[in-house]
Amino acid sequence: MAKQFVKGNEAVVKGAILAGCRAFYGYPITPASEIAHVAAQYMPLVGGTFLQAESEIAAINMVYGAAGTGIRAMTASSSPGFSLKQEGLSYLAGSELPCVVVDITRGGPGLGNIAPEQSDYHQVVKGGGHGNYKNIVLAPNSAQEMCDLTMLAFDLADKYRNPAVVLADGFIGQMMEPVNFPEPVTEFAEKTWAVRGVDEDRLNLISSIDLDPDDLERHNQKLQRKYEIVENNETRYEEYRLADAEFVVVGYGIVSRMIHTAVDELRDEGVPVGMLRPITLMPYPKKRLAELASEPRLKAFSVIELSNGQMVEDVRLAVNGAKPVEFYGRMGGNVPSIDELVREIKRMMRVI
Amino acid sequence: MSVKILGKSKGFYDTFERRPGINKEQTHYCPGCGHGILHKLIAEAVVDFGVAENLIFISPVGCSVFSFYYFNAGNFQAAHGRAPAVATGVKRAKPESIVISYQGDGDLAAIGGNEILHAANRGEAITVFFVNNAIYGMTGGQMAPTTLIGQKTTTTPYGRTLQNEGYPIRMAEIISSLESPVYVERVMLADTRSINAARKAVRKGIKNQIENKGFSFVEVLSTCPTGWKMTPPQSQEWIKSTLSETFPLGVYKDISDQVEPLDLSQNFAPSERIPKLIGLEQDKLDYDIATMKIAKEIDQEIRISGFGGQGVLTLGVWLSEIGMREDLNVSWIPSYGPEMRGGTANCHVKLSRTSIGSPLVTHPSILIAMNRPSLEKFEEDVIEGGAIIWDNSLIDIEPTRKDIKNIPVPATEIANELGNTRISNVVILGVLAGFSDFLDPLVVQRVLPLIFKKKHLLEINLKAFQKGLELGRELLA
Repeated sequence: MAKQFVKGNEAVVKGAILAGCRAFYGYPITPASEIAHVAAQYMPLVGGTFLQAESEIAAINMVYGAAGTGIRAMTASSSPGFSLKQEGLSYLAGSELPCVVVDITRGGPGLGNIAPEQSDYHQVVKGGGHGNYKNIVLAPNSAQEMCDLTMLAFDLADKYRNPAVVLADGFIGQMMEPVNFPEPVTEFAEKTWAVRGVDEDRLNLISSIDLDPDDLERHNQKLQRKYEIVENNETRYEEYRLADAEFVVVGYGIVSRMIHTAVDELRDEGVPVGMLRPITLMPYPKKRLAELASEPRLKAFSVIELSNGQMVEDVRLAVNGAKPVEFYGRMGGNVPSIDELVREIKRMMRVI
Repeated sequence: MSVKILGKSKGFYDTFERRPGINKEQTHYCPGCGHGILHKLIAEAVVDFGVAENLIFISPVGCSVFSFYYFNAGNFQAAHGRAPAVATGVKRAKPESIVISYQGDGDLAAIGGNEILHAANRGEAITVFFVNNAIYGMTGGQMAPTTLIGQKTTTTPYGRTLQNEGYPIRMAEIISSLESPVYVERVMLADTRSINAARKAVRKGIKNQIENKGFSFVEVLSTCPTGWKMTPPQSQEWIKSTLSETFPLGVYKDISDQVEPLDLSQNFAPSERIPKLIGLEQDKLDYDIATMKIAKEIDQEIRISGFGGQGVLTLGVWLSEIGMREDLNVSWIPSYGPEMRGGTANCHVKLSRTSIGSPLVTHPSILIAMNRPSLEKFEEDVIEGGAIIWDNSLIDIEPTRKDIKNIPVPATEIANELGNTRISNVVILGVLAGFSDFLDPLVVQRVLPLIFKKKHLLEINLKAFQKGLELGRELLA
């Protein structure tokens, strides 16, 4: 439909509105605030709600209320703010409510800084809040995917009645690229479970409390089955120059863009390297990684993150000792240069 | 209790199927507890007003966590203290529903202090019932924010003291001090008379919402014989003799007759209007991409750097906007991290026929330096055979490298001559269009009116572009 040159943070909001989102509850935090700015600009124009909440905690609970009525609802924040949303996410997951949360990761721990990091992997992908739950997690690496994966997040959230998180970083949020925006979504699944304040819904209940241990265990087992189905149906990843590669570099989000360029440079030097980029972090492409690990041609994996090494744990679990898994990370908001990546990938290859 | 509750209101489920165990007829509340009475008053009111089927009831954490066992309504159970936030999300999404947020004293006045204060301050069109029994009942009789001085609880075994816990908090008074709430009253459930008064307050709080009047808050002093270690009659007496001394009854605020009803109508735009409303109308350019005069192979990595205010980030955006309309792959990213230090603003722009990997420009094919620190800092990064465009009206040194195209442009001087020093970046754009092989001047001139946000400055911008273009063509020649 329309091609526009926009920031990733703007693409998120336009994608969300095209996906039918009509409720945005936010709280200002750098570097995610632009998402709230754009939502504040457009939500009222389409008849939706934009509200700046009194806290991140309130914002996610407003999303809980809105989502429970069946409307598509979202919030967005950055790392310290996402920490505050964990309570609410646990309740949303426990109550099986669909919602979308965008996390524009910044440097931590504590107040850290406002530069890009990928140090929220653990708190977003591994649950973060209390209880046996998981978020669906999508990791865009371009402004286009900030739109596309936000839209997909709404679909997956509705389909599986589960919170879906778009996990990006300050880099992708600030980056401007052309985005092809699709037509608005017009067909939505019926939500017979919703509480809308009408007679038919009077037996519906949005709740996560269950005092009976057997009942609560059954509920938890049902959630785990759901995550298995999500894993079977929704795993997404991108492969680049892997067909004849002997060495696999794994990275997600903005890092995958850098690996892409580093792989090209290494290939120009005749180094047989390729990239695997997880697009979904939950579900994680562990089957594909295990397959690759079993191929005799492939010698080793290296993982690159803007963190102390969080996703690398999932790579190691998937590879399960079949091949060496090396790691290189930057922290504090520092981003490696391509030269640095080329050097480090070569170093990791020499280690093997 | 002094009020006999005979039979169930139609506001309740016929049998309490959600309640575990075999007893599906009675509530889980202790004998003499006030919750049951307040539930009954609410259920009666919504039935009498004919809004029972529109009721959405938000249960809190505390003894009333299981209110959804009873209310024949759409039910939500909220996290501790968050009911007013949940109610906000519900009411905003379904303004035609009747939303009741029901909370106890720990829930509302302690952990949820922020949520209630702001929901009240926004004037959310909901009804809040605040059950104040001066104790945490459900969790085992701990101190609440409303526990009285000297009152013994499991966490104040020697009695609440001023020194350690401070005074009990008076929520009705606090809420009534805000501008937005339309109705704030404190009542008690201590005898027939006070329960009748409470009934009126409950009805008024709900009626206000039916009439879209705004935020209503009814604080209810209620009994907790178990937590207080008293008999039910003793509990009722204690409310009258003691609790209501600290928490005086009365209407703290009522402007419901003075306010105009809120307009809560919801108008979702039809889907066909959405793209236009969110600024997604495609601009039409009357040129044929096939006739564009640009190179077959393009792989430009451009670094633009200068002082804040020179428009270096904007110049990068323009280049990308133009590149996109030339059907190139483009990316733009502002400088980040340590590079931002030292007073320079800079951005990375990539324009390519092929897909763009990293958006970062480490080795630019073109460096545009608008101040001396930028030239000094980035000169060495430029690739062999690349170009350095620098503003020689501001920079008092020259590039030292001989393996690059050295392009001095008095951009600021030209801009000043045209009468606006801020358009030096447009001069540079013109120069680029004049000598480079990736910008078709015709396309640029058609795109400029689309991307210049300030239309009244378009004319001077086009002049600056023309000046730069001529300069660029001279360079090419």
